[in-house]
Order: sequence, then structure tokens, then C-alpha cells
Amino acid sequence: MLTARSAAPPPAVTDPPPAPPRARRRVRVGALWPYLLVAPTVVGAAFLLVYPLVRNTMMSFQHFGLGELIRGGATWVGFANYRTVLDDPEFWTVVRRTLWWTALNVALIMVLGTLVALMLVRLGKRMRLAVMSGLVLTWATPVIAATTIFQWLFQSRFGVVNWALVKLGFDSYRDYSWFAHGGSTFAILVALVVWQSVPFAALTLYGGLTTIPAELYESARIDGAGAWQSFRLVTFPMLRPLFALITSLEVIWCFKAFTQIWVISEGGPNGATTTLPIYAFQIAQSLHKYDLGAAVSTLTVLILLVALVFNLRRMFRQEGAL
Amino acid sequence: MTAWTTGKAAGPALRRPHRLRAGRLPLNLAALLTLAVSVFPVYWMVVTAFKPAADIQSDTPSFLPLHPTLAHFGTAVHSPGFGTFWRNSLTVTLGAVLLSLVVALLAAFAVGRMRWRGRRAFLLMVFVAQMAPWEALLIPMYVIARDTDMLDRLSMLTLVYFMTTLPFTIVTLRGFLAAIPVELEEAAQVDGCTRPAAFRRVTFPLLAPGLLSTSLFGFITAWNEFAFANTLIIKNQDARTLPVWLSSFSNVFGTDWGATMAASSLFMLPVLVVFLLLQNRVTSGMTAGAVKG
Repeated sequence: MLTARSAAPPPAVTDPPPAPPRARRRVRVGALWPYLLVAPTVVGAAFLLVYPLVRNTMMSFQHFGLGELIRGGATWVGFANYRTVLDDPEFWTVVRRTLWWTALNVALIMVLGTLVALMLVRLGKRMRLAVMSGLVLTWATPVIAATTIFQWLFQSRFGVVNWALVKLGFDSYRDYSWFAHGGSTFAILVALVVWQSVPFAALTLYGGLTTIPAELYESARIDGAGAWQSFRLVTFPMLRPLFALITSLEVIWCFKAFTQIWVISEGGPNGATTTLPIYAFQIAQSLHKYDLGAAVSTLTVLILLVALVFNLRRMFRQEGAL
Repeated sequence: MTAWTTGKAAGPALRRPHRLRAGRLPLNLAALLTLAVSVFPVYWMVVTAFKPAADIQSDTPSFLPLHPTLAHFGTAVHSPGFGTFWRNSLTVTLGAVLLSLVVALLAAFAVGRMRWRGRRAFLLMVFVAQMAPWEALLIPMYVIARDTDMLDRLSMLTLVYFMTTLPFTIVTLRGFLAAIPVELEEAAQVDGCTRPAAFRRVTFPLLAPGLLSTSLFGFITAWNEFAFANTLIIKNQDARTLPVWLSSFSNVFGTDWGATMAASSLFMLPVLVVFLLLQNRVTSGMTAGAVKG
């Protein structure tokens, strides 16, 4: 595994040893066993994963509104739904917003996560333990609890953030309603996602940092490298796979973030926080255009596919022999 | 939380020459700031939950619970349906975790201990399933649930959570299984055990810690899940789970932030316990794409 932290890392997963030779009859009966053992998994995946995916793709090529939902009998319309979606300027606004949302979150998470990790290795033992415990606490906070807490922190009348800002001299924040404005709602959502995601990045990177031999830094220092240079020439190259891994995971997580946005703003105010997953859900559930929602969902998956394939390749490499 | 530091011995630690005290001051200030930012929101939740209403609705917030009260916890616990939602969440979560544990154990055994045609293809499928974009399946799942008369039912939610946790459970259990020497099982078979008996008596006890930590990850995922619970439980309000109930706190508690924070704290408590149980396994599990906190 990746971290130096797990006390007993599981050994590399290898092929099972060849079955010892057995009597002919037993082999024939026994040969069925593995298929029986994986059957529940295959059946479950077929009904609960493959079928919904197929259904989603089918719906995106059908006319499927409230009437079809209740009565059935959806008709095929070819690529009409995709044409409607792609011709809608709002779709492209949402795509741009989703990319901006993802880029901003991931950039902040990576920069802050790296800084916290670099700080952790330099701290004394007790302080490090304290900061790490704090990070784990943040990490353990359920998304729903976190959204509720942030709504309270930024509450207009008695929220502690407004109180602090007024105390600091920003008098315009007296009773300021953060969730009434698009920009400030967007900012709070970014703060929320970054706050929840930095611990994973920081702790994973810290785990990686502890595996870099101190001699490398020493020789870099002897060669006259400063702090920035030793990060650029030693730390970053050594941890490149880890950086790639965390970045790709964060891209996936931020891109498809649904719960935080839906609970806090449902994509509002005025669509200022509508990202692709929210957009698809709104079209389907609020407007009952299940066909268009399915098309947007399919397009979302296609855009995500780049990050997903990258991550899949990494998982294969990590798991070694299949 | 000592587990976080013990692992440091595994790799050569990064030791820096001790700097002057003045040089360490900004570093420690940064550490304190990080600590404050990461802890404050949760601290504020707990403090608010214990503060009397008058202290909450005051122009100058107090940062310590000077007059602690349990009144808000009482409001939260006695709010209509709280017990039902709590029970629903537990039922769905435990059901999904147990189901996926049993199914994954069978599959992990087939993959880790047997040779058969299609084994690689099966593993490939499991890896792909682990990356499944569940957020994009909300709508088809709703339509399917509606068609099969499974809407507003906890069993549907249990099945969905079972499937979301299954791929990860298989991959992790396979890893734990590979760590147990197959020779132990073979020795038992030589001594006259049947293969199932050898697995049950020798491998299974050794696998127990792996089963526990894997199921705890599944527990967190299912316990926290909101999107599907919000989509699949619509009309039957009695079948809601805690996350959905908590997300609509303004309908339940209005502007009673004390009760809202008390409910939040109660919701977070089991997750916190699980995290403490998991300790150092958290990072590696998260890396495998287990749970997004």
C-alpha cells in the first residue's frame, strides 16, 4: 500500500497457487465452485450497477417525461436529447462553472495539503500529534454534519463569522446573508469542500514525506539548494506518483460533488452553484425531463472518464498481478 | 492516536537539524492556526449544542459553554420521528454492510484461493465497479425503483448501499486473505478437514480483523450517504434516514440552532467512534477509494 503508516502492509497480492492434482471426478464438480461463489456479486452488479447504467443510456435516447414515467411506452428519438442539451447555452455555462469549481477546489486542496504536510514533518512530536488529531477530526466529520455546521457558522444574524468580521472592522458584514448571493455561496461551498478534503491530502503526503531518506536533503543542502529548490528537486520528484494519485482522486471527488451543494444551495441562488451533477438532477427531478437529465448524466460521465481511466490504470499497477 | 507516529519508524525519518528557537516560532504558529481551523467548526457545533438558547442568540458569542445544558439534546431526541430515523439509518447501514461482507467474502475466496477461467475478467469488473459514477445513476435508479415498486422502501436503499460498498469490500478482503498463508489451510486439510471446514476453522479467525475494519469503512459510507436516500425516499417520510432528516433541519427545528447542532453531534458520534477504532488504517483505505469523508 501507499502509506508508510500502516504497521503491517499487506503483501503484494499474487495469484493463488495451482490447485493440487485431484481425482478426475472431483475436479469436474469442484470446477463449478468459484463460479457459484462469485455469482452473488455478478448478479448484484448486473441488477444494481449495469442495469441502471444501461437504463440511463437508453433514457438519454428516448423521449422520457412524466407521462412516460407513469404510463411507460417511451419512444426512441435518436440523438435529439443530446442535440437539445448541447445547443443550450446554459449547459455550456454549467460545464465551464464545473471545470472552474473543480480546478479551484483541487488547486486549493493540493497547495494547502502540501503545505500542511511539509509543516507536519518539521513539527515537534507533541505538536504534530495534536495537528494530526485535528485533521482526523475534520476528516471524520460527516458531510451532512459539516454542511449543517457551515450554515450555522455563516448564519446572518448570530453566525460567528459575521461577528468576527464586524469585530475586525468590516462593518458591512453586520447581518450579511451569505447564502443570498451567488458569489458568497460559491465561496462557502469551496471553503467547505477544501476544509473537508485537505486532511486526506495532507496526511497521505505526510506519509510519503516520511519515506524520503534524509540523506537526499542533506546532499541537496550541501550542494547549496534552498528550501524551494530542495522541494522542487527532491521532494516533488520523489512523491510524483503520490501527487498524481491525490490530484486524480480529488478531481473525481470535486467534479461529482453533489451532497454539499444540494444541501446548502440546491444549485442556487440563481444557479450560481449549479455544477453538472446538480444540473442533471434538477432537470430530471424538478422539471421531470428525465431524458435530458439522463443525457447530461451521460455527458458528465464522459467528461469524467479521463480522470477515471487514469485512476483505473494506477489501481491496476498498484495491485500488481491480477 | 499513537498509531500515527509509530509508523514513522518504518521509514527513515526525515530529521532536520534543530534550528534556533526563533526559527521555530512561525512554524508553531502555523501549526496552531491549522489546528484551530480544523477543530473549530466541530468545536463550535458541540459548544452550541450545550449552550442555553439565550447564549446562542446573543450579539457577543461566548466561546465556552459557561452554562452547559442538555436541553437541546432533549429537543433533538424528542423531535417527531427521531427514533424512527435513527432506527432506519441503523437498519439500512447494518443490512448493507452485512450483506456486502458475506457476498464479498465468497467472491474474495474464489479470487484469492482458486484458479478458474474468467478470474481476471471478474477482477477487472470489480475494479471498474469501484470507480462507478454513482452520482450519475440517481435518476435511472429512481426510475427503476419506481417501475419495480421499490420507491420509499428501506430495502431498496439497503441494496444500493450494498452495491456501493461491495467492490471496495472485495478488493480489501482479497488483500487481507492474501496475507494469510494458504499452507495453514492445506495443513488443516491434510489433518482431515474438508475445504470449507479448513477455511472456517483456520482462515476465518485470522481474517476477523480484516473483516472488522472493512465493515467499518462500509459503515461510514452507508451511514453518511445522502444523495440516494434523498432521491429514493420521497413520499413515505417515516422511511427517511438521518442524513436526509438532518439536511432539512430548518423544517424541523426552524431557527433553533442549539437543537440542530445537538442533532448533528448525535449523528456524528457513531462515525467518530468508528474512526477511533480504525485509527491508522484510515489513510490506506481512503487511498483505495473506500470512502470520501
